Formats: sequence, structure tokens, C-alpha cells
Amino acid sequence: MFGYILRRIAVAIPTLLLLIVVSFLLMHAAPGGPFTQERALPPQVLANLNAKYGLDDPLWRQIVNYVWGIVAHFDFGPSFVYPDRSVNQIIAAGFPVTLTYGALSFAAAVLVGVSLGVTAAIRQNSWIDYLAVGTSIGAQVLPNFVMAPILVLVFTLWLGWLPGGGWGGPIFWIMPVIAMSTSFMASIARITRSSMLEVLGSNHIRTARAKGLPERKVILRHALKPALLPVISYLGPAFVSMITGSVVVDMYFSTGGIGRSFVDSALNRDYAVMMGITILVGALTILFSLVVDVLYAWIDPKIRY
Amino acid sequence: MKRLFLTTALTLGLTAPAFAVQPAAGEKLAENQTYTFWLLDAIKTSDPHKNTDVEGSDIIRQLFEGLLNEDAKGAPIPGVATSFDLSDDKMTYTFHLRPEAKWSNGDPVIAGDFVYSWQRLANPETASEYAWFMELMNVENATAVVKGEKKPEELGVKAVDDHTLVVKLTTPTPYFPKMVTHASTFPVNPKVVEAEGDNWTQPGKLVGNGAYVLKSHDLGVQISMDKNPNYWDAANVVMEHIKGLTVNDNNVALTRFQAGELDRVQIPAGQYPRLEKESPNEAISIPYSCTYAYLFNLRDNGPEALKDVRVRKALSYAMQRDVVVNQILQGGQKPAYNWTHWAIEGFKMPDIDYAKWTQAERLEKAKALLAEAGYGPDKPLKLTLQYNTDENHKKIAVAAQQFYKQLGVQIELNNVEWKVHTDRLQSGDFQMGRYAWCADYNEASTFLDYFRTTGMNYGKYSNPAFDKLMDESKTSEDPNAQYTAAEQILAEDMPLIPIYQYAKVDMIRDDIKGLPTENVMNDWYAKDIYRIQK
Repeated sequence: MFGYILRRIAVAIPTLLLLIVVSFLLMHAAPGGPFTQERALPPQVLANLNAKYGLDDPLWRQIVNYVWGIVAHFDFGPSFVYPDRSVNQIIAAGFPVTLTYGALSFAAAVLVGVSLGVTAAIRQNSWIDYLAVGTSIGAQVLPNFVMAPILVLVFTLWLGWLPGGGWGGPIFWIMPVIAMSTSFMASIARITRSSMLEVLGSNHIRTARAKGLPERKVILRHALKPALLPVISYLGPAFVSMITGSVVVDMYFSTGGIGRSFVDSALNRDYAVMMGITILVGALTILFSLVVDVLYAWIDPKIRY
Repeated sequence: MKRLFLTTALTLGLTAPAFAVQPAAGEKLAENQTYTFWLLDAIKTSDPHKNTDVEGSDIIRQLFEGLLNEDAKGAPIPGVATSFDLSDDKMTYTFHLRPEAKWSNGDPVIAGDFVYSWQRLANPETASEYAWFMELMNVENATAVVKGEKKPEELGVKAVDDHTLVVKLTTPTPYFPKMVTHASTFPVNPKVVEAEGDNWTQPGKLVGNGAYVLKSHDLGVQISMDKNPNYWDAANVVMEHIKGLTVNDNNVALTRFQAGELDRVQIPAGQYPRLEKESPNEAISIPYSCTYAYLFNLRDNGPEALKDVRVRKALSYAMQRDVVVNQILQGGQKPAYNWTHWAIEGFKMPDIDYAKWTQAERLEKAKALLAEAGYGPDKPLKLTLQYNTDENHKKIAVAAQQFYKQLGVQIELNNVEWKVHTDRLQSGDFQMGRYAWCADYNEASTFLDYFRTTGMNYGKYSNPAFDKLMDESKTSEDPNAQYTAAEQILAEDMPLIPIYQYAKVDMIRDDIKGLPTENVMNDWYAKDIYRIQK
């Protein structure tokens, strides 16, 4: 197992390098640049800017310098659009925000989603099942860009309970977590339900019931663990996409998270910020797919690496 | 030499009382002197020389003070400078700085600070995106300094002593005093900038000379500022705290205004009539110095049809501006038949022929012109209209497509992302392109210089007669005569379709007083604002 983890990490490094090179090239291929604006800059000013940010070097040298900066100094460079901030500062300010509401949303989605799914499966075709399935379909079809303004309308304008946006103590976390977790919760509930149904019909459950185990034990000890396998493979990428935030949540609740920075940096051609967040998301994705694989082995004794 | 603030038509300044707006008789100040305003986006920077955004300028205007400020109508009034003299050749300005002006750390603001700051703006090492503003101001050697051909020290700005600043221009620039109210000409503290490098704008480090000091700044969340006790006119500043909240969605921002979290917010397109009815004391619509237009590409690689002035006129005549303004925007914008915004100070609106016709007359004339140019049912005119992603641009473009259908012209819409749009306009890769121009300073040349042969002029329009008028305007006693004549040439040559002139359509809480409603630049100074008891 230990050797397997080491091997995976060894593969991760060239994968990340490839990610950097491909995103770098794609980004530079897009029309316009960080300094393209409504009023065309005089050529000498543009030349000064390009010189300052090293954009006048050949592309290969820019990539080499960029990667070297990361490897040698863990420096992701200066932002092209926010001249008094570095990419490290922008991520350091934004990532804790998305990490907070993302991790909470993850916990909420897993807890509620799995419970809903399991309950629905055990009481298949009862009113509880219909209610659970109905709720999860409802949550799935209500996109967060519709839900977010509705939440602000209800909790801020009508009820006056919660601040309409910004970032600070737990009172600011509630609406972002609701908006973020609902659709994930719905997916988790549906996956759990169908996988649970499948497991409940399998031989080892029949055996467990035949030897007279109480239903609670059958579900918790024998059915839940295998039923969670497909859920876990869904959770790895879901976790990464939650903690790296959502542009919709950041936009509607003004949280200052990196979800918005990611989209903005692409639209603004803020090359360095975009690369920084791409690498962050890429590294996290690689890390958590590894975590999922390790969890697999722990849950399913049939899997050996 | 003329001492402008005392003697000329501007009659500003020295004799005027303190400028901070005071509560009128019968108004009692509220306990809570906090003003919270809306920001659509994250603030790029609070460095006056690196900022490029309107919202950034709004912040910088509170943290720093330039040579001159603007009054409620946008006319220049004393700031750090109490007065200035203009030489007889109109190319040397001598500013007299007030001795009591201080930085927020207590240092005096001296002429040398302005010299350092203007050199910094032009210095290629700063790589300021607004370095061209020094060139626009016609400061001596600005272009050479920006290009790196001359040293920043050779820029035409000198400190004679601590309180006298002399600026040399390359050509008479009648609107120069208005330009020094622009945020990019504001001073920075040389010691602080040199010591802190790129980090000097962080809260705690930033030293300014404005009426407020920076308290905190969370990128994309909020920026807050407190009254600066070291400001020279602090005794007349009423508002204690100001706060800008970033809300990326206009509709959510409006909800948060209604929930009491914001004191001022923009009204989303189409909602003004309803809000004006519901809260007439809070909904405002005031002129705002931008003009919305479709540009024609007149370059060699542009479409043949658009090189024919009859076609361009036909397309302009058939644009139903009233529908755009009254059905789509509904916020008090005005239909545009010329390029310069009607509310620009001193600008005399030209007498444009087609502005007075009815839409039916325009359509008829347009059809005739198009037929004359050889286009009709058997040879239909086909063009592409490019615009950048935005709900309102889309609505207007779709409407335009319908207007042109009546003319028998087929318009293909091409919606692209902002950077792509800008890139294509600048490289001339378009046929008709959406465009808007906002004034850099409150004078018509900021609009009209655009269409000079050497101007930004993305469609590459060129008319020597137009250029000559604009050259003359620079030394003219009353340049507005040339501006009006220049507008007539634009109406004859039609290198663009002017569509509408902007209005700022906002909700302002009714207990907030002192926000300017007659300044077409919409620049505001928090030191002039106060909140009254309801």
C-alpha cells in the first residue's frame, strides 16, 4: 500500500507539469491579454507593461521561469490585474473562505444526502421514499444561481435574519452553505439510494437476515459499507469542487472566495492568478482521487494494490 | 500672468468659504455618520498611478487629494492647490499649494511630492496603464519619458519651493485644470512608496493626503475607511466612516439596499419606472458622461458597403433610438444623434438635421439612401454586428436587428466575450461594433479627440477638416464653437451610429445628503456627504 501511494505521487508530478504547460499555452492562445482594455494602450506603455511582467520573453522561457519560481521559491508570481497583490496573497485570502463554506457544505451534503438515500432505500416505495426522492429531485433541478437570490430575498429582505453577503462569523456561512450543498446533497441521496437498493438485494444481506441479525445491524454493519462505494468515488471530486468554491456562491454572497477569482482571472486574462488556481485545483484533485483509492481498499477487502 | 482663481471667467476659489457641504437650515445630523456604497467588482488597487477603474477612482478620491477638486457641478475648485497662474503663452501653469496640507502620517504635503508622483506615473518602470494620461495632459516630455527616451526627471513638472509647483505644457490645453482633478494625477507619499514597494497600499501602510484613511480592505468583499484627523479641512468633514461593499450582482445589490445594508446602489435596467413610483425620494436619474454607439469599420479591410457614406447614414437613420431608450433602458437616458454627451460643461449641442425628423421620415430617407447606394431586394445588404456579453447590449443588438429588417438589411449578431471584443475592435477585425466612450475630464475634447486621424478611432475614420477643427480648438478662446462644428462633420460623415447618452440611475437613501447630482462626471467626495436625522 505504501509503495502504491509513493508511485501515485511520482506520477502526480509529471501530471501537474503537463497541466501547467497545457493551461499556459491555452491561456496565451486566447485573444486579448491582461492589458487589453476599452482604450487601447499606447504601444510604449504596453511595451513597458510587457517588460515588467516578462510577457515579452518567448513562451517557453515564460513557462520555464514560471515553473522555476514555483519550485524554487513557491512563488506563483504577481497578479497582472491587481498590481499590489501577488497570486500567493490572493489565494491565501480567498482559499480559507471557500475551504470553510466548502467543507461545511460537504459535511452537510454527506450527512443529509446519505441519510435521505438510506432511508429511502429501506422504505422503498413508501411515502418516505417518495418524499426523499422528491426532495432530492427538487434540490437537483433548482440551480444555485436561482436559489441564491431567493435566499437573500427571504432571509435578508423579508425576515431580516441574515446579512445579505460579505464574510465574517458563522452567521455569514449559512446561506453560502445552503446554496452550495443542495445539489450535491441531492446527487449523494440518489446514488446512495440506488446503490443501497442493489446491496439490499444481494446474497450476503440475505444470509445476514437468515441468521437472524436485527435489521439495524444488517443495515449498518453489512449493507452500508458496500453501498457507500459508488458514493465515495463521487465524493472525491465533489469535495475538491466544493472547497475550491463556486463562482455563483462567491458572486451572490460576496464571500471573496477563489471561485469568483478563478472565473474573473480567466475573463480578465490575469494569467498568473488563473494558473495559480488551476494548479491548486489540479493538485487537490490528484490528492483526493488518491485518498478515494485508499479508502476503497479499506472499505472493500477485495481491492488490493 | 493671470491668477485664474481670482480673475478669469472661472472665478473660483480663494474667496469661497469652506467647501465641505454643511447641513442646510432645519436639517439635524444623525448620530450614525456612516456611508455604505456599492461596488460591482473587486477594487484593483488603491494606488492612484496603477488604478484604471471608475470604482477605484471613487476610493482613491477619498484617500488622496489632487491639486484641484470638483464642486457639486463638476467645476474645478481648490484642493491641495489654493490657486494657480497661467502664463501668457498659456503653456505654463504655476500652482500654489496650501501650507497646511498634510499626509495622514503628519508630514506636510509639498510640491516635491507632486513632482515625484507625476514622474512615477510616466516612468516606464512603474508600467502604469494610465501613463498616457500625462501625454493627454500635454505635459512637456511626457511621451519621451513614457517611451524611456528621456529620464523621468526631465518631465515638465518642477517644484520651485515646497509650496509652488510649475507645470510646462507642449501646447495650450484649455481644459488642463479639469484634468488635474483626475485620480491618476494625485500625489503619493514618496517615503512610504519607496520604503514599502508594491505593498504600500495595504491597510496600515497606506499613507494618503485625502479626507479619509484606509482601515481595511478584503479583496472582493469590502473596503472601509475612517475620517483622517490630519486632513487640512477635517473640521468640516461630517461623515465619520465610509464603506464600499462588493456585490457582483446588481439585483442582489438592490435587495441589499432594500434590506438597509447599502446607502446607494445602481438600479438594474428597466426597473427605474417602478422604483421611481415606489420611492420618488430615493430613485434618481442624472446625466452621466458616456455615449453608447455602434462603430463602423472604415479600414481598408472593412466591408465595402460601409465605405459609402449613404449606407452609413441609412443605418444611422434607421436606428430607433427612442425604442432603445424608452422600451429597453427606461432609466432617463437620452437618445443620441451626436457623439459628445449633452451635459458636458460648456458644450453647445449641435443642430443635427436628422435629430429633428420623425422616425418615419428617417426610415424613408434611409430607404432612399440605401437604394441610391445600390442596395435593395435583389442586392440585400448583409452586415455583422459584434457586441460583448451583457444583457443590455444583447437586448439593444436584437432590437437593432429588427430595425434594420424594416430597411431590408440583414444583420448577423456576433456575441463575444469582453476581451475578444476589445481585441477585435482594436485590430480592426469587425464590421459594426458596439462601443461606449466615457469622458476622462468634463470637456468635449475628451469625446471628439477620439475621431481624430491620430485618435483611438477603432474604425479608422479620417477627415482633414475634422482634424483641423480639433487642432484649432486647442488654442481657441472658446473651443466650443469648433466642437459644435466638428459634431456637424461627424453627422455628415457618420463614422458611427450614436445611440444613447448615459444617465446614472441609482437609489440613494433619503437621509444621505450632499451627493452631487449635477456633476456629469459623477465624481463624489465623501467629505461633502452627511446623514440627517429622519
